[in-house]
Parts: sequence; C-alpha cells; structure tokens
Amino acid sequence: MIDELLRPFEFEFFRNGLIVATMAGALCGAIGVYVVLKGMSYIGHGLSHAIFGGFAASSLLGINFLLGAGVWGVASALMINGVTRRRVIGSDAAIGVITTASFALGLALFALFGTAGRSFDAALFGSILGVGTDDVIAIFVVCLLAGALIFLRYRALLFTTFDPEVADVAGVNTARMDALLMVILAGSILATMQVLGVTLIAAALVIPAAIARMLTNSFARMLQLATAIGSVCGFVGMNLSYHLDIQSGPTIVLTAATMFAAVFVVTGATGRRRAAGITAPAPLVARPD
Amino acid sequence: MSLDREREDLLALAGVTCGYSSEAVLVDVDLQIRRREFVGIVGPSGAGKTTALRVIAGSLRPAAGTVTRRPGLRMAYVPQVETINWSFPVTVRECVLMSRVSGRRVPWASRAERAQIADVLASLDIGELADRHIRELSGGQQQRVFIARALLGEPDLLLMDEPTSGVDVRLRHEVLHLLDDLNARGLAIVLTTHDLNGIAAHLPRIICLNRSVIGDGAPHDVLTTDVLERTYGASLQVLEHGGMPVVVDSYRREHVPRALENHL
Repeated sequence: MIDELLRPFEFEFFRNGLIVATMAGALCGAIGVYVVLKGMSYIGHGLSHAIFGGFAASSLLGINFLLGAGVWGVASALMINGVTRRRVIGSDAAIGVITTASFALGLALFALFGTAGRSFDAALFGSILGVGTDDVIAIFVVCLLAGALIFLRYRALLFTTFDPEVADVAGVNTARMDALLMVILAGSILATMQVLGVTLIAAALVIPAAIARMLTNSFARMLQLATAIGSVCGFVGMNLSYHLDIQSGPTIVLTAATMFAAVFVVTGATGRRRAAGITAPAPLVARPD
Repeated sequence: MSLDREREDLLALAGVTCGYSSEAVLVDVDLQIRRREFVGIVGPSGAGKTTALRVIAGSLRPAAGTVTRRPGLRMAYVPQVETINWSFPVTVRECVLMSRVSGRRVPWASRAERAQIADVLASLDIGELADRHIRELSGGQQQRVFIARALLGEPDLLLMDEPTSGVDVRLRHEVLHLLDDLNARGLAIVLTTHDLNGIAAHLPRIICLNRSVIGDGAPHDVLTTDVLERTYGASLQVLEHGGMPVVVDSYRREHVPRALENHL
C-alpha cells in the first residue's frame, strides 16, 4: 500500500508536478482571499480565459510561453482593472468582453493553425505530464513575488480590500494596490495554468478562500488557512490524479470541493453565515448626495 | 481663497464645482475649516453633502475651483455604517490597525501599536471587544470601532458621513457626546447629517448646503426660516426651546389633495 502510494515519486515529472501543484494551491489560496473578498471572482475566472489567448499566440509564434502569455495576461489584467475602476460600463460586461474575446481568439488560432508545443487539452484542463523545471522555477518566482507583496503591503492591501475609499483618504494608493493585485493574479494564473488548466483556475482561487471564511472571522487567519488549504488540496489532488489517472486540474478542484462540503457540514449555520457574505459584491459606495 | 494662518485654517475650498459624470453636484462652493472646529453640513438628499466631504477628504477632485489644505494635514474619514461590508472577516483589532499604513510595513502590530490600539479602544469604552468580529457588535459599538480606526491615524481633522443615520435617540446622544469630547480634546470634526434638531442644532457651526452654500454660521444665525426654505425648498418653522432653535415642519392640512382628505 505504502509502496503503491510512493511509486509516483520515482518519476521526475510527478515530483515536478507535485511541487508545482502544492505551490500553486498555496498561491491561489492566498491570492484567492483578496479575489473573493473584493468580489473579483469573475475577474479571476475571466483572466484565466484571457491568458489562453496569449498561450495560443505564443505557442504558434514559437516564442517563450511564459513570456508571451505573461505579457498578454498582464496587459489583460491592467485593461480589466482600468475598465473596472473607471466604471464607464458595468465591470462584469467589460470583463466579459475582454476575456471571452481573448479566449475565443486562442481557440480560433488553434483551429486555424493547429497546436504546437504545449498541449491544447493541458492548457484547458491541466496536466502533470510535461511539467518541467521551468514550470517549477516560474511558480517559485511568482510565489516569492506574491509573498513579498502580501507581506510588505499587508496593511495597505487589507485596507484597500475592505474599504477602498477610506484607504484612499488615509494615504493608500488604492489604484496601485489594485493594479499590483491584478498583476500578481495574472502571474498566478500563468504559473498554475499547466497544472490546473484555464477552465479550473477560478475554482482553485475561490474554494480555499471560501473554506477558510467558514472557519474564521479574522482576516489574518483566513489568509493563513486559505494558503494551507490550497496547498493541501494541490498535494492531495495531484496524488489522486496519478492514482486515478484523471487530469490534475479536475482532481485538485474536486479535492477542494470535497473539503468545502465537509467544512460546510461540520461548521453548520455558523460557517454558512460567515461564508454568506463572500458571494456578495464588494461593498457599494454610498450613493453620494 | 488661501489659508488664513492667523485663524489657523486647516483647509479651504474656493469656488469648488464638482460632480459625477457631467452632472454638477456642487457649484461654486466656498468654505473654510479651522483648527478645533466642530462643523455640521446639513441639507436635503442630493444636496451634495457626501460629495462635499469627499472633496474635503481629497477622494474627489473638483472640476473647477481649488482645495487648499494645510501642509501635513492628517485627515481621517468615517463612512456611513450602511456602506460597511459587515461580512468581511475582520476583528475589531484588525479593523483599527488598518489606519496605520505608513511607516511599519510588516503585517503584525508592534508592541507600541498594540498599546495604542488598547488605549484608543479603552478610551471609547470598547476595550474588551478587540477580538470580536465587527458584525458581533451593537450599533453604537460599531460606530466606535470606526471612530477608533480614524483616531489611531492621529488625525487633525475627522470627517464623518451621517454618523447618526438610522440610530435611535440613545445612540445619537452617545455619538454626539463622544464627538463633543473628542472635539474638546482638540480634534476638528466635520460631519454631515439630516438631523437638524438632534445633531445640527447642538453644533457650534452649521453649513446649509444645497449644491452651493446657502448659510454658514452658528445655529441661531443659520437655522432661520429663510435659510431653511432656500436649503430644503420646503416651508419650515423655527421655534425656540430651552435657548436652542428647534426646526418644525410647517406642513399645513390645506395642502392635502381634496380626494385624500376623507381618508385622513
């Protein structure tokens, strides 16, 4: 039994995949706290689809995937952030236009020119096959940057997430905080795309944060719990992926969903009441008179 | 209009016009706020009270006119409680610490900051609530938490948007006494309110606003029939009670449509 559980560790691709999945889970768990509390879940979902366009273009042009999709993702993130802050049109509509157009472009490029390099299916649903050292380095760098941002800008990020207008008055550059968060979100999606797949990244962002919210009323503890839960789901999900021979994205997400269901039942009404608020949009600014 | 150093002006608005999109909410507004002042901005819904507060706070830029602030002026803003996301996972201690965004960058509070938080919470009689979630508090306690957050930033000027909106008489008195006490300790306060008798009449200075400044001065000078009618566009009477002006609605029954009279 133990031998069977340890067998996949003999393979380098699995070890790489496991490292990436565990770190990706932790990264998405931490970033997901801000995404969920700011009511940006749809942005996370949309951005992962937008990056698919960059993935397709870089794949066909033969340029480095991380560079091509990275530039595309950051550009999409900043564009979404700009549209959202200006409130020219509804942010959900703007996100829908930008991200689905980018996703559609990716699909069209693959349909016209076929796939080259990385697998189309892997990009959509995640795969541990083909996870190489460059993926491990990429996720490590993004984790480092995200960790540094959260650690060094913890108070400003919390203030911006909770109460942006008052944070602005208190001297926080909320526009910069939002932009930094979007760039880190784009980087997280990019670095986790190989293992989770663009269609399932949103779940990795949302579920650990939702579980953590049911367990605590403290922001600091929610951040710690979501990071830990995300990494556990990544680790367990990746092992299940190997043993059940199912793509890594679905197993990681199903692991997280199972944990969510368990916590939902165990915490009862208290957990449900706590989690109820996180589906609500970000607090509305009072109608000015 | 520049700051008058002798009168210790904290900030001055001169000819300020601003609004949202193309619609001007404030038109040609002039006003000054001085040290240790306690000012109430009153006016009907849509008069531009919150907008004026935002312009003062700097979160909204005027389309025309100037806002001059004393160099180094520290402001803190307490929003309407209705705008707070009460489901947000934040304890009282975490909420109060938010205002300390400059200087120390690490997430946790220093020993000195912990002591300051304990002091400010104790001074507002909510010292024992530091580890409670903000939703688990009463209305008065919630208001105090956000005042505590503002105070920890050591402001010179406290801006409050409708601090007594939707609260009962006891809580309104509680908030008013608290603000009076803070003002007596040297903090300048500007608040907006709909409550002419419960709040505004008790303040040393009132600004009547309806897109522009209609009246500005002590309650006895500003709460007059003429100023109130121009501010609210409705007939109001001002009576004297215990040396204080009391505003009453001079609604008359003859204004009721004939068809409704039988139902009253």
